[in-house]
Amino acid sequence: MKLTGLQIFKLLPNTNCRECGFQTCLAFAMKLAARQVSLDACPHASDEAREKLGAAAAPPIRLVKIGGGEREVAVGEELVLFRHEKTFYRKTAVAAQVDDRMAPEALLARVREASSFSVERAGETLRLDLIAVKETAGDAARFAAAVRAAREACTLPLILVSRDPGCLRAGIEAAAGSRPLLWGAGDGNAGEAIALAKEFSVPLVVEGSGVEETARLAASAVEAGVHDLVLSPAAGGAAARLRDFTLLRRHALARSLPGAGFPLIMAAGGDGYDGAVAAAAGICKYASIVVLENPEPWQYLPLLTLRQNIYTDPQKPLQVEPGVYPIGDAGEGSPLLVTTNFSLTYFMVSTEIEASEIPSKLLIIDAEGQSVLTAWAAGKFNAEIIARAVTDRDLEKSVPHRRIIIPGYVAMLSGDLEDKLPGWNVMVGPQESADIPSYMKDVWAKAAS
Amino acid sequence: MTAPSFRASGRIRTVRIGGTPADGGSRGEAVEVGGETCLPFHRFEGEMPLRPVVAWEIPDSTPVDWCETLREPYAGVFDDPVAWARFAVERGARLLCLDLRGAAADKGNRSAAESADLLRRLLGAVKVPLIVKGPGPGERQNEVLTACAEAAQGERLLLASAVEEEYKTLVAAGVAFGHAVTAETPIDVNLCKQLNILMTDLHFPPDSIVIDPLTGGLGYGLEYTYSVMERIRLQALGGDEMLQMPFICFVGAESWKVKEVKVPEEREPSWGDRARRGVLWEITTAVSLLHAGAAVLVMRHPAAIAAVEKAIDGLMEGTEPQRAQRTLRMG
Repeated sequence: MKLTGLQIFKLLPNTNCRECGFQTCLAFAMKLAARQVSLDACPHASDEAREKLGAAAAPPIRLVKIGGGEREVAVGEELVLFRHEKTFYRKTAVAAQVDDRMAPEALLARVREASSFSVERAGETLRLDLIAVKETAGDAARFAAAVRAAREACTLPLILVSRDPGCLRAGIEAAAGSRPLLWGAGDGNAGEAIALAKEFSVPLVVEGSGVEETARLAASAVEAGVHDLVLSPAAGGAAARLRDFTLLRRHALARSLPGAGFPLIMAAGGDGYDGAVAAAAGICKYASIVVLENPEPWQYLPLLTLRQNIYTDPQKPLQVEPGVYPIGDAGEGSPLLVTTNFSLTYFMVSTEIEASEIPSKLLIIDAEGQSVLTAWAAGKFNAEIIARAVTDRDLEKSVPHRRIIIPGYVAMLSGDLEDKLPGWNVMVGPQESADIPSYMKDVWAKAAS
Repeated sequence: MTAPSFRASGRIRTVRIGGTPADGGSRGEAVEVGGETCLPFHRFEGEMPLRPVVAWEIPDSTPVDWCETLREPYAGVFDDPVAWARFAVERGARLLCLDLRGAAADKGNRSAAESADLLRRLLGAVKVPLIVKGPGPGERQNEVLTACAEAAQGERLLLASAVEEEYKTLVAAGVAFGHAVTAETPIDVNLCKQLNILMTDLHFPPDSIVIDPLTGGLGYGLEYTYSVMERIRLQALGGDEMLQMPFICFVGAESWKVKEVKVPEEREPSWGDRARRGVLWEITTAVSLLHAGAAVLVMRHPAAIAAVEKAIDGLMEGTEPQRAQRTLRMG
């Protein structure tokens, strides 16, 4: 919680020694409260003062790192309840789970499938982040073998899911040096699990029933010297999860409950679509880590696309720079398409042009970031504006075939545009960007031949 | 320590869709949405008396543009909207959305009389309330929806959609024949509020307006819709009366037009099974918008609808089961 000047003043020696450069300790305290100076300026500050002020300066949700190297996962450090207030910073890490009951081939297949999934989408590589290995039989050797197999099959950080301290120890040893997340400490094993996390310096999930108990357990882990924690306010239905995650996020941001300031983890279980439904809810509402208990390849693209959407920074402008964008190895004979500078329009059109596998040039008009129809209605995307862009950018030279493809939604511009661009042939493209590949194959190919 | 809680100073209006015999209609049961004094599903600190509702989309004519995954479950009824409506109700639909796509000039150019006639046949075949969606803002839509409004007097339809440039005719039809109307604005809090003000200025009752914030499908603008809904809802619960209307989201139409639901597994092996990927695309769009406050979700695939109904059950758990309205059966 943010401390007031008076609260800070009480932590200072009150000697008015002026060594900090201020006349009185109170004046210094006021500057500290306003974060205009650092406590380091006071040579006589007690350890208690340093600890309390340090805690007040820390982010409300701790940054927790799992694994290491290129695929290290970092979660936490969120600052808001709603993405439009600022943005959500650290994308929900998505884990695919295997367990030690699975046949070795099945385990390997699932780990490989999950860890190799990689799709380029709107400037981001969508990938899964973690592999969770779950212990089911209380057999340490068996669990260690599963952990070893998962570790050998991929470079993703691991989550070790077990309540049995013996199994957890065997798992950590099998994952030696890779900083796995232990899941974890709860009713009955808390002391031992916390000791293990401390001994091996690995992050730990603490699981309690409900918000208060979970936070209490986290606070006791911190007291025992384990600071890298992730919270799981236990199982319950979707309604209970939404309530507990919301309350924990609020407590963390308000610093109103000791032990609440850590990232949240959830297991998304159930058959059919249920697991994915739970995961989608978690991505929207405050889960920093989602473990897919029954992962299947068809779930990955929808869920990772949702994560991309929710974690897109709403502060970033929604426009792309006007100009001519080459897509693929575009040359003089390549088709020229035109659309507006709304970033989503650009993304959809450029993606479909790429899918058509015909190198093209895409002319982006400054339409104040509006989509095609909205811009047309507002007079920001008309024949005159398009013609001026073509002329200003000297496209007569770089597009010697003098054909320009306009969006199907503004087909009505074609006559006007031909009048304003003498010598040019205006072609009317499809309305929906999804139809660009077939348009290129059928209409453009014929026109160009 | 007590958690910082959210205190609403406003309540979302309750909108009723469907006219029972008591209203001069013939619906077996009306559907009510809205009524919240809390954020979506935050029943631990406020009221959410009514369950969000899924409306099954019923195209008025064979939807030739629907992809394979969507055609398969409707194989037996694909060319017959009335059979389609019965099929949906047999599977638990409580609300249908008749999409008058065929009235568009380039999609069949059906006359207003034909559309109204189809609506009459649908009303005769099923007892659930109806949303009637026009072919898009403009003269044709005004004509078609006015004819439907008149043909269904007393049935309390939800007519979609009024937009800023074309709202007067729909408002007039709504007032004259007792229907609710959706107010569609392009992902913007102020435009949304402005259209609600314009409509109520014409003495259209605010509890007959449902906000259509314009739905972006998953991967194609979903985040804009999601955040504008959260902002509208926060402002509404903060007391802004001109934003205190429930939301409708056209989830199915936006989800099923994207490439990611159509690409076969053979072409992108790592994307996994096409059919289930497509169904999950629709589910994911719906589930996220539910968390942003959606009250009516217009959807397409039966498996997606079933999964979303189940998701709603889970989110509404722990309180009295809600019925939309007490049943008033005919005869």
